[in-house]
Formats: sequence, C-alpha cells, structure tokens
Amino acid sequence: MSEPLLVITGLAKSFGGVRAIDGVDLTVEPGEVHAVIGPNGAGKTTLISQLSGLLAPDDGTIRFAGRDITRLAAHRRAPAGLARSFQITSLLTGMTVLDNVALAVQARQGHSFRFWRPAAGDRGLRDPALAALEQVGIAGRADIIVGALSHGERRQLEIAMALASRPRLLLLDEPMAGMGPEESARMIDILKGLKGTAAMLLVEHDMDAVFALADRISVLVYGKVIASGLPADIRANDAVRRAYLGEE
Amino acid sequence: MSPAPATSTFSRLRAAGPGNLGGVVVLALLLVLPLAAWWTGQKFYLDFATRITILAIVATSLNFILGYGGLISFGHAAFVGIGAYCVGIPAYYDLASGFVHIPLAIAASALFALVTGAISLRTRGVYFIMITMAFAQMAYYLFLSLDEYGGNDGLTIYSRSVLPPFNLEQRPQLFLLAYVSLVVVLALKHRFVNSRFGMVLRGARANETRMIAIGFNTYAYRLAAYVIAGAIAGYGGALLGNFTNFITPDMMSWTRSGDLMFMVILGGAGSLFGPVMGAVAILLLEEYLARLTVYWQLPFGLLLIATVLYQRGGLNGLIERLGGRK
Repeated sequence: MSEPLLVITGLAKSFGGVRAIDGVDLTVEPGEVHAVIGPNGAGKTTLISQLSGLLAPDDGTIRFAGRDITRLAAHRRAPAGLARSFQITSLLTGMTVLDNVALAVQARQGHSFRFWRPAAGDRGLRDPALAALEQVGIAGRADIIVGALSHGERRQLEIAMALASRPRLLLLDEPMAGMGPEESARMIDILKGLKGTAAMLLVEHDMDAVFALADRISVLVYGKVIASGLPADIRANDAVRRAYLGEE
Repeated sequence: MSPAPATSTFSRLRAAGPGNLGGVVVLALLLVLPLAAWWTGQKFYLDFATRITILAIVATSLNFILGYGGLISFGHAAFVGIGAYCVGIPAYYDLASGFVHIPLAIAASALFALVTGAISLRTRGVYFIMITMAFAQMAYYLFLSLDEYGGNDGLTIYSRSVLPPFNLEQRPQLFLLAYVSLVVVLALKHRFVNSRFGMVLRGARANETRMIAIGFNTYAYRLAAYVIAGAIAGYGGALLGNFTNFITPDMMSWTRSGDLMFMVILGGAGSLFGPVMGAVAILLLEEYLARLTVYWQLPFGLLLIATVLYQRGGLNGLIERLGGRK
C-alpha cells in the first residue's frame, strides 16, 4: 500500500509549559476529508499552524506526499500542494476580490520578479482566479474591494484563495466560523462540491458540517487524539461523548 | 455575465483619474515655469525647480517602498548622501566622468540597501523604523568622521560630473537631466507597481501572513524593492551633489529622512504623482514661509498633523476627492 498523502507522527508543541499538541499521530489519504474536532483549547489551530509552517514543532515529523516537510519554510508549502484557510478571515484588505485570488494563482506560477508587464490584464492570472471564485460561488463579486464583502462571502473568498493554489491537501481552519445557519449550509454545499478536487483536513466546531463532510474524524482533547475513526464510530464512542459531545 | 474589462486595483490606478491628471499638470508646470523664468532672467527659479525635481525623484523612490510596500523607512536620506559622495569623492581625486559617478552612486546605494535591508527587513513595525534610522545614522557618522573628505565641514565639488551629451555646468541642462530622470523614474515606478512584482509588494503590505501562506517569500520581494528604492535614491543623490556643488554628512541626517517621508505623506503615499506634489508643496512652503517667519516649522507641523488626521490620501487624494473620484 502506498503512503498516505499526509502523515503526522508524534507531533508536539508546548507554549511555556502548556502542551498544546502532545504527541499527535494523524494521516490523511488522497481525496479524503478528515475532520479534526475537539473543545476550545484542544490545540486544533496549533495543529493547523504547524502544518502550514507558521509554527515550528518541538518534536515529531510531518510527511506530505512522501516528503518530510517538518522544517519546510511556510512560503514553500502552498507551492508544494498544501494550502490553508484561516479561522479568522485573513484577506488582502484594500485589494479587489479578484486581486486576492489572482495573487494566489501568481504564487504557483513560479517567481514574481517580473517588473514590466501589468498583472491586471494577464489572462494567465485572471482566468484561473475567476475559475476559483466560480467554484465557491462568488465570481460575480470579482471586481469589488474585499472590505465590501459580507462575512459569508469573505469566508468563501478564504476558500477560493486556498483553492487557487491547486492544493492536493486543503487545511480548513473552521471554515464555518461566525456563520449563520444559511451561510453554513451554503459552505457545506461548496465544500461537498470540492470533494475529490483535493483532500481536506477540516478543523470545525459545527457538528452538522463535520458529519455532513467527513470521511473520517479524529477527536483532539488537550493536545491528544483520544479517538479516531468513521463518523458513525465517533458518534457512538463513549469517551468522545464524555469529553466532547458531552450530552444525551 | 459580460466579459468585463479587468478593473482590479491596478487597472483602476492606471486609468487617468483626477489625481493623475493633477499630477500631469504639476509635472508640466515644473517643466515650463522654470524654463520660462530662466528665459526672462529669473535664474533663481530654475535652481529652485532643479532642487524640487531631484527631491521628487528621491521621494518617488521612497514612495515605492513606503506607499506601496508599507515599509516605513526612516533612513532614506542615507542613500541620497551616499549617492552624493559618489560624485564628491571621485571629483576630489579629479575623476570627473559622470559615467563613473552615476553607476558608482547607484551601485553603492544599492549595496548599502542590500546589506541594511537584509537585516532591517527581519523586523516589523516600529522596530523597522528604528533600525532603518539607526543604519542611516551610522552612515552619517561614518562620513562625519572622514576628515579627508571634509568631515563635518563638508566637501566642495569643484567641477560637476562630465556627462555628455549634457553639460551640467549649464544650469538648464542640469535641470533637464533631472527632469528627464524624474519622468523616467515615474514611468518605471508605474510599471513596477502594476507588474506581478508590484502585486506581491502590495499584497505583503495588505497581509503578510496570508501572502506567506499562499506561497510568497515576502522577505525576498521586499528586499528587492528596498534595493531598487535605494538605488534610485542614490541616483537622486548623485544629481543633488552635482546641483549643490557642496555636500555634507548633514544630507544623511534623520531629519532629512523625515522631510522625505513628509513629502510622500503630504503628497499622497501609494499614488503615482503624490510624491512629486509633496516635493513641490513642501519646498514652496519652506521657501515662502521662511521668508515670512522664523517659526516656519510650526505651520509645517500643523499641516502634517492635519494631513494625517483629515486627508490621508494627501494632495493626490484631495484632488481625487474634489474631482469626484472618491
């Protein structure tokens, strides 16, 4: 059997004595949606930050597409096929929706030490950018400044920017954060539509979204994976219920 | 959905808005008025316009990193000083060729930018401001200590760069060289900020974390921009040295860097012609306020405060607003 797309082994990260991530093992198969759930402070965002290279792990290894990327610089990860979205919307403010996505397209087209040709009319940037916006349903908003977008649209743009990198694995950090029920439902549809385009590591609080999308679920509590399995197994797992779902 | 023309940030900038029209008018007046004055025997105005033009070149280079890159460099005057000494020191050894002076000025200031930028750009925010200022002050004290080249007393340049076809001893020709340089620098900046490189520079200003996440080594792009800006400022310095015929380490002092920042902010950071307007406005004000009162710096300070509080886009933004663009 070939190696999974993403293999995390013994990952650890402490912040001044607090073990935010404490020996996490996790895999994502090609094309799979693997959801990571867990209460606040379980270490989910820390996990995503280490995968995207913004935080250096204290210990453990991250292998992606057969290659050790534990120490790979953050800016080399998206070109390598590992793109992320942010829990707290992180866009290029003051620029247009299209510019935001076009820059993500530009990033995967080699270096940008190109000083002469205007970027604006460049179809090599514009067409793929519009296609990514189309995939998340906001192509009609391409020419407006991101500041004028609604919260839900900004969340969609988050996804479009990650998609424009043509990733093999999408790291989605709470894509439903701050959304109302209708917006969440739309986002679930968008993400469903992306299944098969890329594998996803989905960190999410919204259980409807998790059970609608995930092929596999891991439960993270105090930096440790306490359970991992198919959605039905996780739903039935007593330890998970006590620690997290905590009801019924 | 119609295949709408590209109206991203950049093409919008490219379309001639009132700010750009205003800029073209200012640029035209900057050419016509001094030459007319020269013709009618008012030689002072030509010199005045030459100084404005050279400082507009330098302010434009600062705007490239400050306005578009969001890099608040407080040491830009160092490049100007280095460029000027690259004329002064060879001239001191009777090496008069402008074809030596100018490449030397560009190379030396670019190298200074490369070394100091490589270190400074590892910092952010207020630390970046302080460290760029610190490096400039180091250059200032270095030249202050070089007694051979006049130290604190400055260095007189007895003959200007020999730069055929220009004869820089002829004031109108020096002015024309500066003016053509300004136009070329503006055109270059316009291309650069609208190119892929410029997009990355602006993106990194808007949100550096995101730019890294989508795959840009923002540090490398910023460093390249910093070196380009330094090189252009150094070129401006070589012109300034030729213009003043007398250079001192004072050209590099942090107050000069502050003046340049003021030009960019008053004129409109991140706009094509803003720094030109800023240079014109500040030098005019300085000239005429200083005639009226010895306390001319007070209204200056108030003007800066008013700009930052009420007119963020500076003069360029004001024209845009009056022209109904915003």
